[in-house]
Amino acid sequence: MISRRDFLQTSMAAAALLGTSGFGSWARLAAQQALSQDQLLEFDTFGNVSLIHVTDIHAQLKPIYFREPSVNLGVGPNKGEVPHVTGADFRRLYGIDDGSPAHYALSSGDFAALAAGYGRVGGLDRVATVINAIRADRPDALLLDGGDTWHGSYTCYHSQGQDMVNVMNALKPDAMTFHWEFTLGSDRVTELVEGLPYAALGQNIFDAEWDEPAELFKPYEFFERGGVKIAVIGQAFPYMPIANPGWMFPEYSFGIRDEHMQQMVDEVRAEGAELVVCLSHNGFDVDKKMAGIVTGIDVILSGHTHDALPEPVQVGDTIIVASGSNGKFVSRVDLDVRDGRMMGFRHKLIPIFSDVITPDAEIAALIDEQRAPHAEALAEVIGRTDGLLYRRGNFNGSWDDLICDALLTRREAEIALSPGVRWGPSLIPGQDITREDIWGVTSMTYPEAYRSEMTGEFLKIVLEDVADNIFNPDPYYQQGGDMVRTGGLGYKIDISKPQGERITDMTLLATGEAIDPARNYVVAGWASVNEGTEGPPIWDVVEEHIRNLGTVSPAENTSVTVTGL
Amino acid sequence: MQLSRRNVMIMGTGAFVAFGLPMSANAKGEDEIAAFTGGAEMADTGITLTAPEIAENGNTVPIEVSAPGATEIMVLALGNPVPPVATFKFGPLAASQHASTRIRLAGTQDVVAIAKMADGSFAKASSTVKVTIGGCGG
Repeated sequence: MISRRDFLQTSMAAAALLGTSGFGSWARLAAQQALSQDQLLEFDTFGNVSLIHVTDIHAQLKPIYFREPSVNLGVGPNKGEVPHVTGADFRRLYGIDDGSPAHYALSSGDFAALAAGYGRVGGLDRVATVINAIRADRPDALLLDGGDTWHGSYTCYHSQGQDMVNVMNALKPDAMTFHWEFTLGSDRVTELVEGLPYAALGQNIFDAEWDEPAELFKPYEFFERGGVKIAVIGQAFPYMPIANPGWMFPEYSFGIRDEHMQQMVDEVRAEGAELVVCLSHNGFDVDKKMAGIVTGIDVILSGHTHDALPEPVQVGDTIIVASGSNGKFVSRVDLDVRDGRMMGFRHKLIPIFSDVITPDAEIAALIDEQRAPHAEALAEVIGRTDGLLYRRGNFNGSWDDLICDALLTRREAEIALSPGVRWGPSLIPGQDITREDIWGVTSMTYPEAYRSEMTGEFLKIVLEDVADNIFNPDPYYQQGGDMVRTGGLGYKIDISKPQGERITDMTLLATGEAIDPARNYVVAGWASVNEGTEGPPIWDVVEEHIRNLGTVSPAENTSVTVTGL
Repeated sequence: MQLSRRNVMIMGTGAFVAFGLPMSANAKGEDEIAAFTGGAEMADTGITLTAPEIAENGNTVPIEVSAPGATEIMVLALGNPVPPVATFKFGPLAASQHASTRIRLAGTQDVVAIAKMADGSFAKASSTVKVTIGGCGG
């Protein structure tokens, strides 16, 4: 079906993207000279259909820094498989030179130095330029948004997603699926979805009361492009009411529902679809498993777990494309569809180097318009960092260490818990920390920083429960986030063990004493999924803390010891 | 001041049940199965059990069973204090041998469905349903 030759074409496209020479210098000037917009966009148009995939933008309208994880462990069948390969191992796997633009865009290691050279990434005005260039090659290319778009910034919070809807509408997507959007609450989601000029898809979005497909979201949409009848099937995040507060959208039920996915694939094939695309917010490992169970999907455009892969992963006759997060990448997938079958593909993951790609003037003006009412609040400098602040990693990140410190200090707690979310841009050493930066890692509709008591025994249950959501060997039982971050609490984790046996040696760091199962500990945290949570919003807690510190100096975090790799 | 103490205790209780699954509960389920099948071998095809991988609400978990040609389908939640959930009986005029309902699960456990076929043979399907505290999605 997909010949070896077509796979080689893909690899060659990736090699062209990655480049092999001249990118060794870390100087910004060198980066700009070596890397051109034409080079980033270079693509021999192939076949008769083009797909453009963006996903997990998390409301990042402007260019940002974003450090990819150095710790992203796979378990079970995914141990050592992409996307669970990081840093130098990742570069070796894909033949990426150290210090090259691809190193900076796709992997961790030397991040601060490379960021100083290559500059910021993303910005929807740059993304617009890339989309326009692809549309110049292929005017009827399909633009598909994998969701997590209407969440994650100061302006998105204050406009209840309107800023993102306005800018995305101007990019003219053809379809979208969902996750964090639902945390705007069902009423707001209904209002925004009803006004969308493109398809809102989710075959797994069900009415909770009747357990039948929800009326507001279609399972799929047909498109005629390049003479090909294409079906795009949506797959929303399966565990919305579990990972996020279900009480905010009680009308809806989700789940993977792969048997219903198979029904939808069979239905669209019966109606003459020659190409079946799944626009998914499952997360990469779940998509991989689903691709092995559901037959008849040609392309899965994968979102949720924020992985950026320079080549698609093939499972049977299905290719899975992972397009990163935070506006950092755009994927272009050209397909040759003939006689009702996908005969070949050519793919390129295009990194959005913001200093290299010219912003689209119209979208840039539209973005400025969304931000103008908040300009002063966004730009206010709260403090400064002399180290790297980042979030991604299975167990901790320096942003979360800072948030946990803020909770311990401002909420006078012994232990802090911070959710293992994967969104939020990075800051490089020497940068000012603005209010916008703080909101970039804290913005959400359930931000209350609670202060409570938990027994040692219950803390262990929390850690075991969350660990199983990441390290259950069956991807269908994973939720796609990272481990809950702890402040004031150290522990050992053996990721190869079953639930209940992974966490040992829990220690109260302040005293070095073992956590007593029977004792009550004062715990501060945020982002509780429980209704009625009380406390000041986390961004206020973090802002006060940074203001008091003046300059933030992130230290290495050694509180978690990982075994069973 | 959330995660009120009461909520924490509720969560704690639910989770304790999940983790403290007594082995005797499984054994109890085995007894029910033996009584239903008379100890006969069970095929692993011929019956489909559809259940969520992770329950959105452990108090009301939608499940579906389907076994063409069955006269009875028994459903058990092996980790519940009382494992038998329901037995559906299909008469000769039943158009399909299919049923759906919602069940309550005390914690993470296996849900099992066993069909008794018209020819007296048996088929079994099983699905692990996780009941979790919930928390942090990417």
